[in-house]
Amino acid sequence: MTDQSGSSTTRRGFLQAGLAAGGAVATAGAARAAGDPLITEVQPWARFTGVGVDAVPYGLPIKFEDDVIRRNVPWLTAETMSSVNFTPIHALDGTITPQGCAFERHHSGAIELRKEDYRLMINGLVDRPLVFTYADLERFPRENHVYFLECAANSGMEWAGAQLNGAQFTHGMIHNMEYSGVPLRTLLEEAGLDAAGTLKDKWIYVEGADASSNGRSIPMDKALDDVLVAFKANGEALRKEHGYPVRLVVPGWEGNMWVKWLRRVEVMDGPVESREETSKYTDTLADGTSRKWTWEMDAKSVITSPSPQSPITHGPGPLVITGLAWSGRGAIERVDVSTDGGMTWRTARLAAPGQDKAVSRFYLDVDWDGSELLLQSRAMDSLGYVQPTKDALRAIRGENSIYHNNGIQTWWVKPNGEAENVEVS
Amino acid sequence: MSKYRNLVIGTALASALLAGPALAGEYGLGRTATPEEIAAWNLDVSPDGTGLPDGSGSVEQGETLFVERCAVCHGEFAEGVGRWPKLAGGEGTLDRADPVKTVGSYWPYLSTAWDYIHRSMPFGNAQTLTADETYAITAYILYSNFLVDSDFVLSDENFLDVEMPNADGFIVDDREKVEFPKFIREPCMEDCKDSVEITMHASVLDVTPGTETDEEAAAAQQDAAPQDEAKAEPEPAAPAGPDPELVAAGEKVFRQCKACHMIGDGAKNRVGPHLNGVLGRTVGSVDGFRYSRTMAEMGEDGKVWDAESLGTFLENPRDYVSRTKMAFRGLSDAADREAVIAYLSTFE
Repeated sequence: MTDQSGSSTTRRGFLQAGLAAGGAVATAGAARAAGDPLITEVQPWARFTGVGVDAVPYGLPIKFEDDVIRRNVPWLTAETMSSVNFTPIHALDGTITPQGCAFERHHSGAIELRKEDYRLMINGLVDRPLVFTYADLERFPRENHVYFLECAANSGMEWAGAQLNGAQFTHGMIHNMEYSGVPLRTLLEEAGLDAAGTLKDKWIYVEGADASSNGRSIPMDKALDDVLVAFKANGEALRKEHGYPVRLVVPGWEGNMWVKWLRRVEVMDGPVESREETSKYTDTLADGTSRKWTWEMDAKSVITSPSPQSPITHGPGPLVITGLAWSGRGAIERVDVSTDGGMTWRTARLAAPGQDKAVSRFYLDVDWDGSELLLQSRAMDSLGYVQPTKDALRAIRGENSIYHNNGIQTWWVKPNGEAENVEVS
Repeated sequence: MSKYRNLVIGTALASALLAGPALAGEYGLGRTATPEEIAAWNLDVSPDGTGLPDGSGSVEQGETLFVERCAVCHGEFAEGVGRWPKLAGGEGTLDRADPVKTVGSYWPYLSTAWDYIHRSMPFGNAQTLTADETYAITAYILYSNFLVDSDFVLSDENFLDVEMPNADGFIVDDREKVEFPKFIREPCMEDCKDSVEITMHASVLDVTPGTETDEEAAAAQQDAAPQDEAKAEPEPAAPAGPDPELVAAGEKVFRQCKACHMIGDGAKNRVGPHLNGVLGRTVGSVDGFRYSRTMAEMGEDGKVWDAESLGTFLENPRDYVSRTKMAFRGLSDAADREAVIAYLSTFE
C-alpha cells in the first residue's frame, strides 16, 4: 500500500481514496511514454487486500487459467459415460500431472464409492481367500512411486495420418502421478500363494466395482514385480474419475489394465480373455491377424510447446522448445529434437535424470530465426529402443492397429508462430 | 481375525490338518471371504468354460430379449445404432481399411461374449440378466452372425462346441522379435534424409474440437450413419419465451442427450425418440419409436410430459419409469434439469 490516502483511517475515507485511485488508472493512457503504467502507477492489487484464507477451502486454478482443462472429442464415442477425454499437456510443465486435469477414461461412467463401502477380495488359487476393507489396506507397509499412465489408444486417431490439431488431442491420454499404496505382492502373500503351486505360469484377473466390471488378466510375474494397489495420487486421495478410493497401478503397461475401483484379484491358471483383452486392446495388423497381450507402452515423446494449441507468440530470438518423453520398458535415457523434419537432430536437455516408467521433461533452448520449423522429438529408453517414425510403424503394422501408436510426431511451425499437426516424408 | 489365528503361524502342516480357521498371513490383516461372497463376485468365465453356470437359452428366446433389452443401442439385428457397437457382420473385413470388428468377425472366444453380457450389460442396467437369459441373448447374437441356425439352443453343455470364426486370428505380442531389431539401434543425428516434404496436414480433415469447423466436420463424420443425416441446429428461442440464458445453459446440458436424441428441424428418432414438442406431449407417443412397456402404458393412461414430470424423470430415469430403455443415469443437478427443460420448451 502507498501513503496516498493520507491520514484517513475511517472506512468511508478509505473507500473514497480507493475510488480516486481507480479513476486515475482509467485515465492514465498518456503516461505510457514515461514507462509501463503497470509499473509507474499503483495498481489495484497493490493497494487493496486480496481474499482472505478459507475463501476457497479447496483451491482451484486461478480464473485466468480456465482454458487449461480436459477436453474430449465428441465424435469419437456414442456418449460420455463410455468415453475418454484428454490432458491439456500443451499447457503444463514439469512432469507431475495435477489430478484435476488428468485425462479420464470410463467404460460405465465415474462412480461414487465411499471408503466405508469399499471391499477388496483376493480369491482363486490362494491359501485363504481374503476380504480387505479400506482401513485394512492402510495398515500394510506402503510405498511411493511416480509412474505414467498412458491409454493404449493414445495417438490412435493418427494411424492413417495427421488428424487432430493439438498435442492435447494427439497425445493427451497420458498422466504422470506420484502414487502411494501397497505392493500387490504384499496382499497376494497375505492370502498365501502356496496353493497356486508353480507361479511362473499363473495369472491374476483384476476387476473393478463399477458397472462395466472392467477386468484384465495379468501374468503373475508382473503382479509380483511392481504392481501397486494405490489409494493416493500426488499426495491426496484419488479423484472419483481415477478410481477413488482404490485403483491398480500397473507401471509401464497400458492404462486399461490400471483397474479403477479395484474390487477383486483372482489368482488363476490362465487368462480370462475378457472383452477388454480380446475384442478391445488387441492390435490388428495389415494382414488381418491381431496381436494380443500387447501390454507394454513403448518409448514415446511429444513436443508440447510450441504446438498447435501453444503457438509461438513472440518474434524471433530465444525460444524454449519443450516436451514429454516416457517408456513403459524403463527410464528415458535421452531425447533428440529436430527442427527440420528429421534431417538433423540435436540432443535435448532432460530436466532430471529419467525415472523408471515415469515421464521425463525435456527442453531445447534455441535462438529462433523466425523461419518455419518442422519440429520432432525422438525418445530413447534404457533398453536402447529409439522411438520410430510413424512410417516405420506402419510398415510393420499397417494402419488398423488403433493401439500403441508411438510414432514420431511432427509440428509444422510457421513464421507467424502458429503450429499445425502434419506428416512429413 | 482371532488371536487363535496368530497361534498357528509357522505351523502350516498342523493347521492344514485342522482345516479350521484360515492361516494367517504375515500381517494378519483382512478376514476370510465367505463362500457366498466369493460366489457373488467370482463370476468371470474362461475360454475353457470354467465359471459357466448351468443353464440354457434359445435363439428364439434371445430375439425377444434382445429386442427388449439390447436393440435400443445395438439394433434389432445386432447391426448397431449410430456409434454404438455393431455385434454382427464384418466377416472378411479385418485386412481392409476400417475393419468391422464384431462378435462374429473378431471375437476369438464365445466365453468373452457370455461373460461380458452377463456382468456388464445392458449398459446402464448391468448384472440384471439371468444365466438363462444370457445364454439366450448369446445364442441370438450367434444367429445374427449366421453362426447357428434359428432353432439353436445354447447351454453350458454345448458351449464349447460353437466355433468362433476368428479363433485363430490372434498372435501373442511379438514386438520384441519383430520390432526391437529395427528400433534398438544408434540413432541417426546428421544427414538422416536428403529432403523433407509435408505429406499430410491435420487441417485438411479438421475434426479438432474447438475449431470453427469441428461441428460440421463431426457432422460430416457422422453422416456415414444414415440416421444422422440431419444435424440438429436449434433455432434461437422465440421472444417472450423462457430466459435466453437459461436456454443457452440448457443447450450445453443437452450435449449429454445428443448422442441418443435429436431435436430441431428434421429431427428423427434415433436411439431415443425425437424431442420436438416433448413438453405437452403424451408420454410414449412418438410414431415409430419402440418404447418400453412401462413408458407406453403411462401414455395409454393419459400421462403428459410437463416440466414437473420431465424433471422427475430426468433426475433419475429408472426411478420414475422402471424398465425405461433410456440408459442415461440422470441429471443430479436441479439447475441442469431446469435449464435443459427450458431448452426443450423452445422446440415445438
